[in-house]
Amino acid sequence: MGKCPMKGAYVPELLREYLPIIIFLAIAVGLGLVLILAAIVIAVRHPDPEKVSAYECGFNAFDDARMKFDVRFYLVAILFIIFDLEIAFLFPWAVAFKDVGLVGFWSMIVFLGVLTIGFAYEWKKGALEWA
Amino acid sequence: MTSADFYIVLPEVLLAVFAMLALVVAVYTGKDKTAPLMFWLTAAVMAALAVWIGLNGEGDNAAFGGMFNDDSFSRFSKVIILLSGAAILLMSAPYMAKRDLLKFEYPLLIALATVGMMVMVSAGDLMTLYMGLELQSLALYVVASLRRDSVKSTEAGLKYFVLGALSSGMLLYGASLVYGFAGTTLFGGIIQTASEGHVSLGLLFGLVFLISGLAFKVSAVPFHMWTPDVYEGAPTPVTAFFATAPKVAAMAMFARVLFDAFGGVTGDWGQVVAILSILSMALGAIAAIGQTNIKRLMAYSSIAHMGFALMGLAAGNAGGVQAMLIYLAIYVTMNIGTFAFILSMERDGRPVTDISGLNMLSKSEPLKALAMLVLLFSLAGVPPLVGFFGKFYVLKAAVDANLVWLAVGGVIASVIGAFYYLRLVFFMYFGKEGDGIDGAMAPVAWVFLMGSAAIMVVGVVNLFGIEALAATAANALVN
Repeated sequence: MGKCPMKGAYVPELLREYLPIIIFLAIAVGLGLVLILAAIVIAVRHPDPEKVSAYECGFNAFDDARMKFDVRFYLVAILFIIFDLEIAFLFPWAVAFKDVGLVGFWSMIVFLGVLTIGFAYEWKKGALEWA
Repeated sequence: MTSADFYIVLPEVLLAVFAMLALVVAVYTGKDKTAPLMFWLTAAVMAALAVWIGLNGEGDNAAFGGMFNDDSFSRFSKVIILLSGAAILLMSAPYMAKRDLLKFEYPLLIALATVGMMVMVSAGDLMTLYMGLELQSLALYVVASLRRDSVKSTEAGLKYFVLGALSSGMLLYGASLVYGFAGTTLFGGIIQTASEGHVSLGLLFGLVFLISGLAFKVSAVPFHMWTPDVYEGAPTPVTAFFATAPKVAAMAMFARVLFDAFGGVTGDWGQVVAILSILSMALGAIAAIGQTNIKRLMAYSSIAHMGFALMGLAAGNAGGVQAMLIYLAIYVTMNIGTFAFILSMERDGRPVTDISGLNMLSKSEPLKALAMLVLLFSLAGVPPLVGFFGKFYVLKAAVDANLVWLAVGGVIASVIGAFYYLRLVFFMYFGKEGDGIDGAMAPVAWVFLMGSAAIMVVGVVNLFGIEALAATAANALVN
């Protein structure tokens, strides 16, 4: 290590760039620990069986995994993903709105139009009714 | 991006807009009551587009900076895809009406899958290729499990989806490697990197992964395992569709990637394609022998036929691509006729898929038995029917490219394969009495069965001039 004069100066320089991240990590871990400890030390506790059981979206947490459940869960999940992706497209588009020009604008409008058609179909088909 | 670009993709845009408008109109009006109209309308739109593309298309046009190509190769494939899709839609409507499967979404999903296929065969960029491929695949996953209360149909859909996703993953991995080593996803850029003397190892890896992903889509051995199960489980009209248009689209896309992006290194992929070809022909011929379900049998038959089409590709020159295109056109025509018959196989109103249903068909339905005889002989490649000429062209292309071992393998596989086609003929003419199928057949299906059989006989004269068209298409791709 001592033989190379550059190395000694270079490594701390590299690490210094990561200093904010280390500080951030330290604060995050510290804050997390404080909150957990505070919950153990000062929180009021009245446990009952329902409260202490694991919560799993309305199902028994420990049960046969191969059970029937409503296909509408999937429908909602798929619908969520579609609109989630829409946001993923819309965000960079909105940020770069000045640069994408008219073509970019109309491309997105067409995309939204296609998405709306799918949504209208799904709505009319009754996929959103939960009764 | 100009209006000229949009004019080039107009057929795709029109079909996509039609599908979306029809979807909204149907769901806001009569829902499934509009289904018969939708079947006919979609078929009409697809046929009209095929005529338009066939008559109007000219020259070699590139849109969106080369991401989308409109040349005679893509037009040739598109016409086959659109016409076969329209034919399958028309003949599946009566079958689906009878079995309570007449849903208006079905023709529209087929239309959207067709848009995907049209994009696939026109792709000039790995992105466009993947986009078209996924549009096609997603629509097909849905229609595979169209009969959603049947265990087999849902299993077919799930299996197709999982293996399709796996193959897309391999394709994407290959595409990312190619992008990494070539620095571009445009075929025009990749070919420059790939033709400078030697190919880097990374690019070669990418190419092999791309080929594996594409081989999944054309169901070439050893990536064929999904085919029999999906063909058997999916409703018969869907199986008929799977066996025709998507196969053409996948093969055409295969050829386009290999020639447009890797045309300078034919020696590198030629061997891989030759191996895929010989394995597909051999397995398709041997594994079909034990099948008693006609849909599974047709699945193995399609695997063998894809092996023959790949033989043309393995030749690696314009003659090979021409042979491949002729083979595909003939294959699709034969399959439309054969499936028109399979769709009508029923006893007491229930569909029959066991080949014993063909017993003594010649006595109860001599004309239909004769048409099937012609089609099965043609599928087997018995001269002088048109199916023989398809095989002749690919074998000739292989021999011209010094792939004599591949051609010899193809002939042997073809002889072995002839056994199971001839067995069906044996059942029809010399089988046991009893438990045959009913004679009824929807008029549309009858027309397609007889038309396809007639083409197999009459086409011997000059193959309806398809030879010259395929030559133009192949030259547009290879040069």
